[in-house]
Amino acid sequence: MPETEVKATISKSTGLPRKRFYRARAHSNPLSDSHFPVPISPSQFDYSLHYPQIFPSSDQADGSRKIQFADIGCGFGGLLISLSTLFPETLMIGMELRDKVTEYVKERILSLRVANPGQYQNVSVVRTNSMKYIPNYFEKAQLTKMFFLFPDPHFKEKNHRRRVISPFLLDEYAYVLKAGGIIYTITDVEELGDWMKSCLENHPMFEALTEKELEADPVVKLLSSATEEGQKVARNGGQTFQAVFRRIVPSDKTS
Amino acid sequence: MEEAEAEAEVESNRDNVEVAPALIAVHPEQISVAVAVGPDLRVFDLLAGSAASLVDECGAPFHKDPIRAIRFGSRGKLFVSAGDDKTVKIWSTESWRCVCTVSSEKRVSAVAISEDGCHVCFADKFGVVWVVDVAGSHGHVTLGDRKPTPLLSHYCSIIPSLEFSPDGRFILSADRDSKIRVTNFPKKPLNGAHEIQSFCLGHTEFVSCLAFVHARECPQGLLVSGSGDSTVRLWDISSGALLDTCEVAAKAGLLESNGEAEEHGHAVTDLCTTISGLLIAVAIQSLQGIVLLSCDVSAQTLSVSKVVSIAGEAFVPTCLGFSPAEGKLWMVTGVSSLPACNYPPLARVRVISAIDAEQEPVVLGDDEIPGGEKLLETLQGSASVDESAFLAAAEAVKTAMRNLLIKKQYPADNRESRKKTRNDRKLKM
Repeated sequence: MPETEVKATISKSTGLPRKRFYRARAHSNPLSDSHFPVPISPSQFDYSLHYPQIFPSSDQADGSRKIQFADIGCGFGGLLISLSTLFPETLMIGMELRDKVTEYVKERILSLRVANPGQYQNVSVVRTNSMKYIPNYFEKAQLTKMFFLFPDPHFKEKNHRRRVISPFLLDEYAYVLKAGGIIYTITDVEELGDWMKSCLENHPMFEALTEKELEADPVVKLLSSATEEGQKVARNGGQTFQAVFRRIVPSDKTS
Repeated sequence: MEEAEAEAEVESNRDNVEVAPALIAVHPEQISVAVAVGPDLRVFDLLAGSAASLVDECGAPFHKDPIRAIRFGSRGKLFVSAGDDKTVKIWSTESWRCVCTVSSEKRVSAVAISEDGCHVCFADKFGVVWVVDVAGSHGHVTLGDRKPTPLLSHYCSIIPSLEFSPDGRFILSADRDSKIRVTNFPKKPLNGAHEIQSFCLGHTEFVSCLAFVHARECPQGLLVSGSGDSTVRLWDISSGALLDTCEVAAKAGLLESNGEAEEHGHAVTDLCTTISGLLIAVAIQSLQGIVLLSCDVSAQTLSVSKVVSIAGEAFVPTCLGFSPAEGKLWMVTGVSSLPACNYPPLARVRVISAIDAEQEPVVLGDDEIPGGEKLLETLQGSASVDESAFLAAAEAVKTAMRNLLIKKQYPADNRESRKKTRNDRKLKM
């Protein structure tokens, strides 16, 4: 790998990182032990590292303010950046498996924080495998929103079990989501869209939002427009398939 | 996962056959003792004073590959065995007939029986826990083949231990990624167990074993877990809170003697709760004997009570079992098969009695154990064990436990030659 100075990878005009230096394949092997550090438990997650202005020292994290939005597979961070100003009081985080892409998002957030004092302090990114370690980052019923935008379709049937939305993983997402919390999914692959929708429909702890509720939610429009992936789909005139569900308390607790 | 199969392939290619550690299980009323070594299942009936003859007309008879998990149901009516041949066999303990055979897609790493004896759960190497309905199976009634349904899953992680909480409300699954998941066990488990109660997070290495301390003040029980990080931890499963950590290897003085301990050399390999659970027997990879921990239920702490060494032989227990009826701790060491040796699958059984807070534990001699020589002959394969075979087995046990619990690290040098078996590479060649 060529030694590139950090400064050259940031555009001189906008102060933002240039994607050219953070190119990565779309796919990453979630099973390879990349040896990134994982918090032993949610209480070990270092808030002062990610949100230094809000938590000036690591002692300050008294548990009163916690992350509420998580973008799983955040890619280049488009959604998070839009959400950051839309919900300035909410702490949010992106989770991404690819090393270079995570670095890009980090640089992007840092540059935005410098260029816009006081803003973008509530958003951060972490490099991790969210299919294995979500319970290490978030406590029970901590999140109010979870995002799964354009996840890896894993087309082959034998790889369907590796999809980030699956009947099993929904148990874990239901665990970290508060009752009433919302899970947003979108894809441009129709088969995957059907799959995600049916997984959610069949899971006892999720119910679909109504049309009215979808219209009223300002976040729904961002799903297809805010991310680089979404913009690419729009440019190519592709169709998107979304499934937005609410985490509920199963009414029949005894079954 | 293909990983586990690839692991086994790589190992056999290198003439290094994967060895399975010997297992032991004791009937809750010490009516019988079972030992599994490799594919052999050996049961001794203590009441009759003779070996139990197993009858299996259910699917493919007996196990063809090493057995990886055995246990008795808490009510003593059922016994389950499962392993590398991808079958789970459910036996009636009255007749020792196999009443049900369940096929798994992948090799099985752990089994558990629900408290009411109606369901059997098993974990496969993909990290999926399956459940099968066995209500109505006992005595001579044969259920035949049953299809399992998925219950829950730990994504791509091997589950070495499955346990039900004593009140039957929860099923616990521990994995190699240091996590313990506590899930509500629903009334209709065939639809899946979706409601996670808590995660017990705190171990820094794989979690190898789980057991419950039964306490009157705490009907759902306190959980104890053993791990590759050489600690035993105490948990409150409703909240997932870590109550206490006991550095067993350090406290038992193991770390001082071994200056350059190999990684995971002091992993906790098995643990077993005893007398109303207040004493916990712990087996550590490097210890020739066991450590007894005592649990203070009101203070919610663990402390080392005694270290019991087995003198006279290189006995590192691979599995523990306790009989509450007689206060005896049963231990076994052994392996399925010894590579490059012609020794048959070897097992050695020892018993410690007087497991008590007041008394001194006594390691029983071969003539003092319940069932005596006949039991040893049945469970060990022979009454006395050849010294050299035993030493070879002790070495193989070390390897077995390491391979079982730790994710294999492939060296970088022959990566290209290993990739030759990949489908997308094959076309290029």
